[in-house]
Amino acid sequence: MDNISKHITENEVIDNFDNKLSTLNLGPTHPATHGIFQNILKMDGERIYSAEQTCGYIHRAFEKISERRPYNQIRPLTDRLNYCSSPINNIGWDMTVEKLIGAEIPKRVDYLRVIIMELARIADHLICNSVIAVDTGALTGFTYVFQERERIYEIFEEICGARLTTNIGRIGGFERDFNETAHKKLKDFLKGFPKRFKDFETLLCRNRIFMDRIINVGPINADRALNYGFTGPNLRAAGIDYDVRAMNPYSSYQDFDFKIPIGKSGDTFDRFMVRQEEIKQSLNIINQAVNNLPEGPYHADLPEFYLPPKEDVYTKMEALIYHFKIIMGETNVPKGEIYFSVEGANGELGFYLISDGGRTPFRLHFRRPCFIYYQAFSEMIKGALLSDAIVTMSSMNVIAGELDA
Amino acid sequence: MDALILIKIIIILIIFAITLFIAMYSTYAERKVAAVMQDRIGPNRAGPWGILQPLADGGKMFFKEDFIPALANKKLFIIAPGIAMFTALMTSAIIPWGGTITMFGYTFDLQVADVDIGILYILGVVSMGVYGIMIGGWASNNKYSLFGAVRSSAQMISYELAMGLSILAVVMTSGSLSLKDIVEAQDGGKWNVLYQPLAFLIFIVCAFAECNRAPFDLAECESELIGGYHTEYGSMKLGFFLFAEYINMFISSAVISVLFFGGYNFPFMHELGLSPNALTITGTLVFFAKIFFFIFFFMWVRWTLPRFRYDQLMHLGWKSLIPLAILNLMITGGFLLLKDLF
Repeated sequence: MDNISKHITENEVIDNFDNKLSTLNLGPTHPATHGIFQNILKMDGERIYSAEQTCGYIHRAFEKISERRPYNQIRPLTDRLNYCSSPINNIGWDMTVEKLIGAEIPKRVDYLRVIIMELARIADHLICNSVIAVDTGALTGFTYVFQERERIYEIFEEICGARLTTNIGRIGGFERDFNETAHKKLKDFLKGFPKRFKDFETLLCRNRIFMDRIINVGPINADRALNYGFTGPNLRAAGIDYDVRAMNPYSSYQDFDFKIPIGKSGDTFDRFMVRQEEIKQSLNIINQAVNNLPEGPYHADLPEFYLPPKEDVYTKMEALIYHFKIIMGETNVPKGEIYFSVEGANGELGFYLISDGGRTPFRLHFRRPCFIYYQAFSEMIKGALLSDAIVTMSSMNVIAGELDA
Repeated sequence: MDALILIKIIIILIIFAITLFIAMYSTYAERKVAAVMQDRIGPNRAGPWGILQPLADGGKMFFKEDFIPALANKKLFIIAPGIAMFTALMTSAIIPWGGTITMFGYTFDLQVADVDIGILYILGVVSMGVYGIMIGGWASNNKYSLFGAVRSSAQMISYELAMGLSILAVVMTSGSLSLKDIVEAQDGGKWNVLYQPLAFLIFIVCAFAECNRAPFDLAECESELIGGYHTEYGSMKLGFFLFAEYINMFISSAVISVLFFGGYNFPFMHELGLSPNALTITGTLVFFAKIFFFIFFFMWVRWTLPRFRYDQLMHLGWKSLIPLAILNLMITGGFLLLKDLF
């Protein structure tokens, strides 16, 4: 008994001996959680008897901060939600504000947005799927697709100057149009990606060990998934063909022809395969958008929200006033209460916005898909092995930044 | 007699040095091989092409803080890496590294000890290796370490059976338990892999499991158990565990070469017309070439395949490999009987 701490009283020690279940803290910092969240597992050997998840380790009160921020300055906050696909969050927020103020958006902006959002979706799905592979022990596929993600980030870099937390776009359109290099990089990516993606696919998809590791692991049926409020790839893997892009098209998604892949059993394998197929569909959408890219302005005519060109600011009075008001965040928006959602990379990303007519939102709520998935986690891993829990967690693509907002 | 002892001591020292050197450079090779497979560059800072990387790593390990968790069992915690290292190094004693060399009027084998029950010795020492992992995992007083240790010991026990059974088939064809005799029996290109392909497959799978290498690296899988049995270890104690793994890989490659690929034999070795000493040295070089190929094979597999789940691993061991090994044993026995009859 000499190696037992003085802080543990005798009773506790005896209790632990009597108790056949052991408690295992999976997290808050554990290499497999890919973020900071904790799971308290009651284990019977390697089998999980029950699980209890906690969250809030990186809660940054974005919703509350938003109540003090002018609309243009909330976009950088959305970067930090699902940081694997921040452009979708940015553009989703811009479109929410556009819906509130009733702005007319040029067709070109819609198409450029579709290109960027689908690129972000590919990047996000690549990370998620390759991380499933990493958690089963296959590191090599991860490095293959990480190079593709790098290429996508280079395109983002050309468009907005940033890579991870992009803060891409502005209310009404874009800060600047795609330049020559961006077009070239996009073209190269579209040309080279399918072949290199195939490498990743052949490495894993029919790999017996990999299939055994993920088939029937962490399943959830369609009923339970709907009851929890699942959306996105995780719901589609369970067999429900709900996709915001098709059900409630935004940003001219109705112009594009794409399929919505669905799974059957809602297990990890289905989630993996749905994401693989969505990557191909996204590529298809980008190709269509690039080929049919309309000419026109790259931003809407929204002087109260969109910064005027610098030369106008120095020479024209109206431009100077708008510039001042936008920078200082003194633009009032109409009164209203709206909900707008986009198909985020891992589910329906909703923005519930109440405006009392001031310069800042009265209340803003992010509908974060990760927060919903994570609630189902303990149910999904009950009775599974420890290894299954890890793979299930990564296949649901729970991003700590989005979970805790 | 004195000269013989001196020669043996010299051989022991040389083998010891070579084993450590190869284990050290296996870490470098692993990183380079991984880099090639993953389209990266790999270590290239320490020395030209990064060849001083293992030394830098070793130096770093020595200078790290030697940390022992407060609730760990200190004695066992310190002993465990030593056991792992010790058992890993012990196996090299009976590997026949080459034929005989005649020098200064003495004739001696390139082997430390030609034990009659060489294979049993290998199985015995290798299974002792699990004590290092088991004790280390238990003494850390960490649940993740304990999980790793339990997984590892269960895995070792399950796979040792299939391994032993697959070796039995080789023993039956060679008619001896001594590694030297097994190598000699494969003289002239009659490699066991041609006669015992199934035993070879079973053995190599088990060798992966015994070395705790991917796809059987459940004992230390970083995605689930953080570091497995060595989660709480740091500094050179961690270095010993990792080093022991590489030594095990080297020895396993050597044993695979000895049992199935003719050890230091190579086809047409007697037709070359070399002097006995030159032939022995060539044989030893060929033996090392085979070993390096299998070390590369170990790495190749590691960077390609995902790892098994704990229960799948047990299923594979008990429900596939052991029945297959027994079947192989029966077929081999049947053939030997037929050979005797006719």
